[in-house]
Amino acid sequence: MKKPRIMIVDDEQSVRSSLREWFLEDGFEVETAEDGLDALKKLDTGPFDLMIVDLKMPRMDGITLLRRLREVDPGGTVIILTAFAAVDTAVEALKLGAFDYVTKPVDPDELSHTVRRALEQKRLTEENVRLREKVSELSSSSPIIGGSPAMGHVMDLVCTVAETEASVVIRGESGTGKELIARAIHAGSPRRFFPIVAVNCGAIPETLLESELFGHEKGAYTGAHYRRKGKIELANGGTLFLDEIGEIPAKMQVDLLRVLESHRFTRLGGTQEIVSDFRLVCATNRNLEALVQEESFREDLYYRINVFSIDLPPLRERLEDIPLLTEHFVDKYARSMGKPPKQMTVEAGELLQSYDWPGNVRELENAIERAMVVGQGNRIRPEDLPLRVEQDAVRPRNRSLDALESGHISCVLREESGNVSQAARVLGIDRGTLYNKIKKYGIKSG
Amino acid sequence: MTDEILLAFLNDFRPSWSEDLRRRVGAATDRFVRVDSLRVDLQRFHAPEREQYHATLLLAEMLRHRPAGAGHIVGITEVDLFIPVLTFVFGQAQLGGPGAVVSVMRLHADYYGLPANESLLLDRAVKEVVHELGHGFGLVHCPDYSCVMSSSTYVEDVDLKAERYCPDCLDLLANPPESRVNVV
Ligand SMILES: [Zn+2]
Ligand SMILES: [Zn+2]
Repeated sequence: MKKPRIMIVDDEQSVRSSLREWFLEDGFEVETAEDGLDALKKLDTGPFDLMIVDLKMPRMDGITLLRRLREVDPGGTVIILTAFAAVDTAVEALKLGAFDYVTKPVDPDELSHTVRRALEQKRLTEENVRLREKVSELSSSSPIIGGSPAMGHVMDLVCTVAETEASVVIRGESGTGKELIARAIHAGSPRRFFPIVAVNCGAIPETLLESELFGHEKGAYTGAHYRRKGKIELANGGTLFLDEIGEIPAKMQVDLLRVLESHRFTRLGGTQEIVSDFRLVCATNRNLEALVQEESFREDLYYRINVFSIDLPPLRERLEDIPLLTEHFVDKYARSMGKPPKQMTVEAGELLQSYDWPGNVRELENAIERAMVVGQGNRIRPEDLPLRVEQDAVRPRNRSLDALESGHISCVLREESGNVSQAARVLGIDRGTLYNKIKKYGIKSG
Repeated sequence: MTDEILLAFLNDFRPSWSEDLRRRVGAATDRFVRVDSLRVDLQRFHAPEREQYHATLLLAEMLRHRPAGAGHIVGITEVDLFIPVLTFVFGQAQLGGPGAVVSVMRLHADYYGLPANESLLLDRAVKEVVHELGHGFGLVHCPDYSCVMSSSTYVEDVDLKAERYCPDCLDLLANPPESRVNVV
C-alpha cells in the first residue's frame, strides 16, 4: 500500500522536526516547509494527501497559503495548527476550506483522530467525485437509440471492444453521436469507475490545445498564473476521448505519440515527469487514411490510435431509427419545457423520413426542439419543422424505394401505436404483407 | 551495531520490576537485553511553563552517552515527556535509529485517580518499550490493534494491545524493505 504523503508547514524548527518524527512513525511520507512560500515551492514534489499548516509564519502566513492552495491544488486536505489565542483566525481558515484546526499544544489523541478523519474525508471526496462523474455520465448522455441492423452492428462492436484496452477510432459524419459511442465504450470497460475525459481537438485553438492536453506549471507562459492539470493527467485510470483527432496540429501529433508510447509526460514549463494510465478513444469525421496519404497526419500515430475502428452510419442510412429517436427527443424536450409530449402527424413523420439529414442525429434533435417550441396544440405538423427540412424533402436525393418504404411503414406504425392491422389498413396492404415488410426491413414496433 | 539492547534507567529511578522488564523485552524482541543506570542532567530539558521534559532533546543527550559500538538504547524515566506541539508523549524514538526514551509517569493507574497497580504498570512499560524499540527497528504503526506496534494515544489503547509484534510486523523485521534498512 502506498504511504500517505503529508507536508508540515511551520516556522519553528522544533515543531517541524517533532511532527516529522511523529508522522514518520505513523507511516507517512513526510515533507516539511518553513513558511507558505516554501510550502508552495515544495508542492512540486508531488501531490500531498494532507497538509498541517501553522497560522502564524513570516513571509507567507497560513491564511495566505490557504488562499493560494485553493487556487493551486483544491484536492489537498489541510489541518490548521494554531495558538489558543488565534481561534478567530482558525475559524476564518475553516471558511477558506481547511478541514479542521487543532490548538497548540495538541493532545496526541486529538491530532491522531483529526488526521484519520481528514484522510477518510479525502478518500470519500475522491470517491464522490468519481461517483458524480459516473452518474452524470450515465444520466446526461442521451441513450444510443436505434433498432436498425446498422446500429445493432455498431453496438455489437462496442460491446466487443469495450472490455479490452485497445485504442479505438470512431468514424462518422458530424452529428452521428460519436461521443455517445465513446461514452458507451468507457461505460462498458473495467475503467468505468474512473473518469472519461473528453477533448475536442478541433474546437480549441492550437495555442491552447497543448496546455489543455498536457497542463502547465505556474508561469509556463504569460497568463499561466496557476498550475493546471491537463486532460491527459485527469484521465488517469480512465479513458481519454480525443474528438476530431484529424484536426490535431503536426507538432502535437509528435507529443501525443510520445505519451501514447510511454504514458509519461511533463506539464508545460515543468520538469516533473507525470505518469497517466489511460485508455485512448478517438473520433473523427475525416478520412484519416487520406490525411496520412497527404502527410498531414503521421502514419505512426495513425497506427497507434487505429487499433480498432467503428464506423457510425449516417442517419439517412438508418431511417427506420427516426421514429424512436423522434419520440425520445419529443419526451426529452417536453420534460425540460414542462409541456405534455406531442404526437407527430403522418405528414410530419413522412417529411422526417424523406429528408437527407446532413447534420444527422444532432440535426434531428434540433428540428424536434424547434417544433416543440413553435408548434401549437398537441401535434407536430410539417410547418412546425425547420424550413430546411421541408425544402430539401421535396426532392429526396439518393433515396432508394426500399428506404422510402421502410421509413413510411415505421412512421405509420408509430402513428398507429404499433397496431399492425390498423397500420396495414392505412397503408392499403394486408396484414401478412405488412408483417413480411416489417421483417424484411428489421423494423421494431413499439 | 550489535543486536544488544540496553535498558537505561535514568538517574535514581530503578523500580523493583526492572528485572521482569528485561526478561519480557528480551522475549518479545528475541535479543539480548541489559539493564543499567544512566545519569543525565534532566534539568536542562525541563520546560518550566509546562512542568514537562523535552523528549527529543533528552534523547539526543542520551545518545551522546551511548557507549561506542553499542546497540539500541532505551532510556526509562519517571518524569513527564513532551515534544513541541503535543501535550505529552508516552515515549519517543527515532525511526530506524538506535535511541528511544519512555516515560512511565502516565502509565501509572494512580495518575488517572485509580488504585495503584504495579503489575499493570509493568505490563504497560513492557509494551511501550517494545513499541519504541519497534520504531528503532524501522517499524511504523500497525493497523492490527492487538499488535504492539499499533498506535496508542490513550493509556487504554496500551492495555488493548499485546506485548508482541504481530506476524506482519515480525515479517517486516525479518525482511526489512530497502527503505527501512538504516546503517548506523
Ligand atoms: Zn509509535
Ligand atoms: Zn503489527
